[in-house]
Amino acid sequence: MYYLDTSKGHDILQDLVAIILENKNYLSEVDGAIGDGDHGINMAKGFRQCGEAIDGQSLSLSKGLGKLASVLMGSIGGSMGPLYGSLFLGMATAVKDKDTIDEAAFGEMLANGLRSLQDISDAQVGDKCLLDTLVPAVEAYQHAVANGDDFTVALERMRQSAEQGKESTRDLVSNIGRSARLGERSRGHLDAGAVSCCLLLTQLADSTESRLQQQAA
Amino acid sequence: MQRIINDPDNVVDDAVRGYLRASPTLYAATDHPRVLKYAGNVDADKVGVVTGGGSGHEPAFLGYVGEGLCDAVAIGEIFSSPTADAFHKAFAAADRGRGVACLYGNYAGDNMNVKLARQMAELDDIEVQTVVARDDVASAPADQRDKRRGVAGEIMMWKIGGAAAARGDNLSEVIRLAQKAVDACSSIGVGLSSCTIPANGKPNFSIEPGKMELGIGHHGEPGIEVTDLTSAKEMAATMCKPILEDRPFNRGDDVAVLVSGLGATPVMELNLLYADVADILEEAGITVHRTYIGNYFTSLEMMGATLTLMKLDDELKTLLDAPATSLALSQ
Repeated sequence: MYYLDTSKGHDILQDLVAIILENKNYLSEVDGAIGDGDHGINMAKGFRQCGEAIDGQSLSLSKGLGKLASVLMGSIGGSMGPLYGSLFLGMATAVKDKDTIDEAAFGEMLANGLRSLQDISDAQVGDKCLLDTLVPAVEAYQHAVANGDDFTVALERMRQSAEQGKESTRDLVSNIGRSARLGERSRGHLDAGAVSCCLLLTQLADSTESRLQQQAA
Repeated sequence: MQRIINDPDNVVDDAVRGYLRASPTLYAATDHPRVLKYAGNVDADKVGVVTGGGSGHEPAFLGYVGEGLCDAVAIGEIFSSPTADAFHKAFAAADRGRGVACLYGNYAGDNMNVKLARQMAELDDIEVQTVVARDDVASAPADQRDKRRGVAGEIMMWKIGGAAAARGDNLSEVIRLAQKAVDACSSIGVGLSSCTIPANGKPNFSIEPGKMELGIGHHGEPGIEVTDLTSAKEMAATMCKPILEDRPFNRGDDVAVLVSGLGATPVMELNLLYADVADILEEAGITVHRTYIGNYFTSLEMMGATLTLMKLDDELKTLLDAPATSLALSQ
């Protein structure tokens, strides 16, 4: 049985920061096709600030996610600040008092993040937004755990479903955000929020997996 | 891009600096760079009135901070909601112990950030209630009013809510009246050209020369239809029709009329358009109690105009006619 030591949170957070900074231009490019073209700029602004704020500190996973949430809510306005802020705040709350998390607790962390996001937004799967990545990824993870798959298998299911969810936005007509203006013309392009969400979930899975420890049976 | 800027990424901060330097008797800085508060009435025993929204709509939103209007404003990036943190700090700046009325427009980002800011304010024991403007008739049919966007009718909401707060009304009364004001408003816009966010450097969308878009939103949200550009007289008729049918406005009604430019249309043409609107209202037996014609709520350098009608009763007339002093509206 695998578990994650939550004192490793700091390293995982730095990985999340790095993946967004590496993809800043790519995210703006994706957004430029049908949106304002500022997704990469905004996301990089928030994640860079978070990276600077936690640099040199040793934070638990909960504290790190909480810091990320507060920086995003404080420095990115629009819709992405509160959406990602709520997601990470919900995740932080779910693992607040845990020294270690197993596959079930990790699933609860994802689910609580999703609940927190849905608490402030009416966006739905199919609207061509980050939920098109997030919802199937969380569901696939939880389904795997319910089936008795181990932590690493569940993480792989999450990665696969996040990727498929992201790709699904290519065929969707935007129903939300600035790209809704384009209607039918938004079809054929990926949604930038779905892309950044896929990058983050994939990185979260990779960073978690590489730090899993095996519990003596 | 023919624009007067320094760094395209710092347009909002640079502009806020300008407002503070130009109008020190009107604006005071706060401990948040994106929150300004009214420099007067600091000791007034009143409900605080807060608004906020994306930049690029000047003089909205910050131009409506002043006497008899809003006490503090949260300022977002261009066409992007202020952060929850900024709304929260604006609540704190406006609160004088009698609660805060947050009067803003119906956009996804603003709704989320205000909701989060209200939760933060709860921890500070600041009571915040909200009214969300939904006056754009083109953005959803009458049976789905809750989906409508807020546009220039927000100004009427600030005027009525601000006047109620200034005379000492309590929070629930300020909220009731601001809600009544925006419920009495119907607006529609016509767009004649696109606009460019400096940081993007290219137009957000396009309207071909010789065309106009009826029902366009304040950020270029799609309208009802794109047609050939018409005369002002025909445009007035095209804009009045959905508004008059919406409320509906009836013979014998008293109204306030607001014609706002979208940024690049000459003020002369706004008055020209109003003359044709006034003819239609006169024909319909509707009495114009008060007019506001000018650049009250814009969309960067978009060409076009919005028309707002507010149906008035005695209660609303008293508050509408009350004095106000601000950059955008003084009477």
